[in-house]
Amino acid sequence: MGLARQVDVTASAMASPDAAHHPAPSHKRRKSQIGLAFIAPFGALFALVFIVPILYAVYLSLFQDKLIGGNTFVGFANYGKLFQDPQFWDGVGRVFRFTLVQVPIMLIFAMALALALDSMRVHGTRFMRVTIFLPYAVPAIVATLMWGFLLGVKYGLFGSLNDAFGTDLDPFAPGTTLISIGVMVTWAFTGFNMLIFYAALKAVPRELYEAAAIDGANELQIVRAIKLPALRGSLVVTIIFSIIGTFQMFNEPQILPSMVANSGVTTFYTPNLYAYNLAFTGSQQGYAAALALVMAAITITVAYVVQIRGLRNAPDQ
Amino acid sequence: MHPISSRRLYTVENPRKSTTLTVMTALFMLYCLLPLVWLVINATKSQADFVSSFGLAPGREFALWDNIVQVFSYQDGIFSRWLLNTVLYVVVGATVSTFLAALGGYALAKLDFRGKRVFLFVVLGSISVPGIALAIPQFLLFAHVGLTNTPWAILIPSFINPFGLYLMWVFTAEAVPNGLLEAAKIDGAGEFRTFLQIALPLLAPASVTVLLFSFVSIWNNYFLPLIMLKDPAWYPLTVGINQWNKLGSTAGNGALIQNLVITSALLTIIPLIIAFLSLQRYWQSGLSLGAVKG
Repeated sequence: MGLARQVDVTASAMASPDAAHHPAPSHKRRKSQIGLAFIAPFGALFALVFIVPILYAVYLSLFQDKLIGGNTFVGFANYGKLFQDPQFWDGVGRVFRFTLVQVPIMLIFAMALALALDSMRVHGTRFMRVTIFLPYAVPAIVATLMWGFLLGVKYGLFGSLNDAFGTDLDPFAPGTTLISIGVMVTWAFTGFNMLIFYAALKAVPRELYEAAAIDGANELQIVRAIKLPALRGSLVVTIIFSIIGTFQMFNEPQILPSMVANSGVTTFYTPNLYAYNLAFTGSQQGYAAALALVMAAITITVAYVVQIRGLRNAPDQ
Repeated sequence: MHPISSRRLYTVENPRKSTTLTVMTALFMLYCLLPLVWLVINATKSQADFVSSFGLAPGREFALWDNIVQVFSYQDGIFSRWLLNTVLYVVVGATVSTFLAALGGYALAKLDFRGKRVFLFVVLGSISVPGIALAIPQFLLFAHVGLTNTPWAILIPSFINPFGLYLMWVFTAEAVPNGLLEAAKIDGAGEFRTFLQIALPLLAPASVTVLLFSFVSIWNNYFLPLIMLKDPAWYPLTVGINQWNKLGSTAGNGALIQNLVITSALLTIIPLIIAFLSLQRYWQSGLSLGAVKG
């Protein structure tokens, strides 16, 4: 998930391609095509790593591997099957529910922390900033391990708690596993989002605050009138990151079952996990490709809607 | 609450510290630190202590060194192999991807070529395609040409970092003055030499940012190596640790090795934390620029 979230800063760039503000001097245009040589290595590898696989996925999604006859062209049958597949929709529903709860909680925390640190009223600001960001550097496998043990009842703190108080709490019971995953994901990415908000706040000219203070504005008014509007662009970006990240959720549910028995994590817990299991343990590559493409379409649509809505009526975009 | 005279001591740049705000921020910091503290404490315990003692209390014996020795010797020292693999993937992958991103970002910001807008649209648009939509066909394509189960299966995808390209594009537009480039060309430098000797040094902060984030994403990558590699000899740390984890928690007749899993997990995150802490001045400025432009 880390890679996905980090990479998606680019999505927002589509809204503000600033190359337009820096036109190359006219004499360069004459011997123009030199840029092609610079972009060629990236372009060629990009085609190999992105374009060709996507086209291949489209091709694959039109085939089914049948017991008799082998790989058979089936047209859009995989897509038809997918739309009636309750296991697929179960996963889609789960990531939507997860997104609706976890993303707002995480981003509100991230924003509050960024505002607190930016106010310079917190002791040890630098230390706090770095510490809160640290979880981002932890691989998902290690994060899942640590949280699996912390929240686990067998060797973990919840086991100790239950022993001490005679309770019977289990954060990885089927009904609460998704919440526990939420705790893990929030842990991993709040700091990263906080830094993005923090960076946006740092870009606000300090004189604005002084001017507002002279005009008699108190701190809350400054936050409402200056700081929150300044965060709007980054909020759109972070929402898009987070949505794409949660829609791709894979690592946590893939790793957890090996640590916790009866966590309620199924092979189709999230769409990505389902696609992985279809392709690599079920040999249904065509069906998995169709699933992945439909998820891509859903993700792009949601990200696009967020971007359009988020930037509508924005003062400077 | 406070008389005007005492408030004058505090300015916008240096306001009065707030205890409430500090405590609230510190509470969140504890949430961030708790698992890491747990990891450090438990890496010092023997397997017997791990099973029997309270999670946040030290064990009866201090077994950290013993655990580290065991990590490096278990299964004929395969951990060293995983560590070397990870270093290979990270060093080659991050270096190449950063250089390609700088080259491409520079071209987008300072050079003209046909199809620039289409290129940007396709690169930026393709970012929202989920990893799995790429990984399955990537795996099948690589399998066709015999690249799966080789380091190339991990390296080639890591060479492309669209986020890096974006950062470099934004950064070049901001930090590399056109006048300097023109002066270099008037002095007779070719386009590539101008890029290498004039632009690249100016792009150092952005390069550190892109390098560091590539470093992290390759070091932490789990999904791609999981599907691409079958032979444990090519595993990176993440996949290797998970293999031990499976072995360690489900060993029916074998020995439990959770102490090794925990110690190896700690060893895996230490280099990243060091990299982040020692380079924070650079990557924070790079990230700021990306965030502001976004």
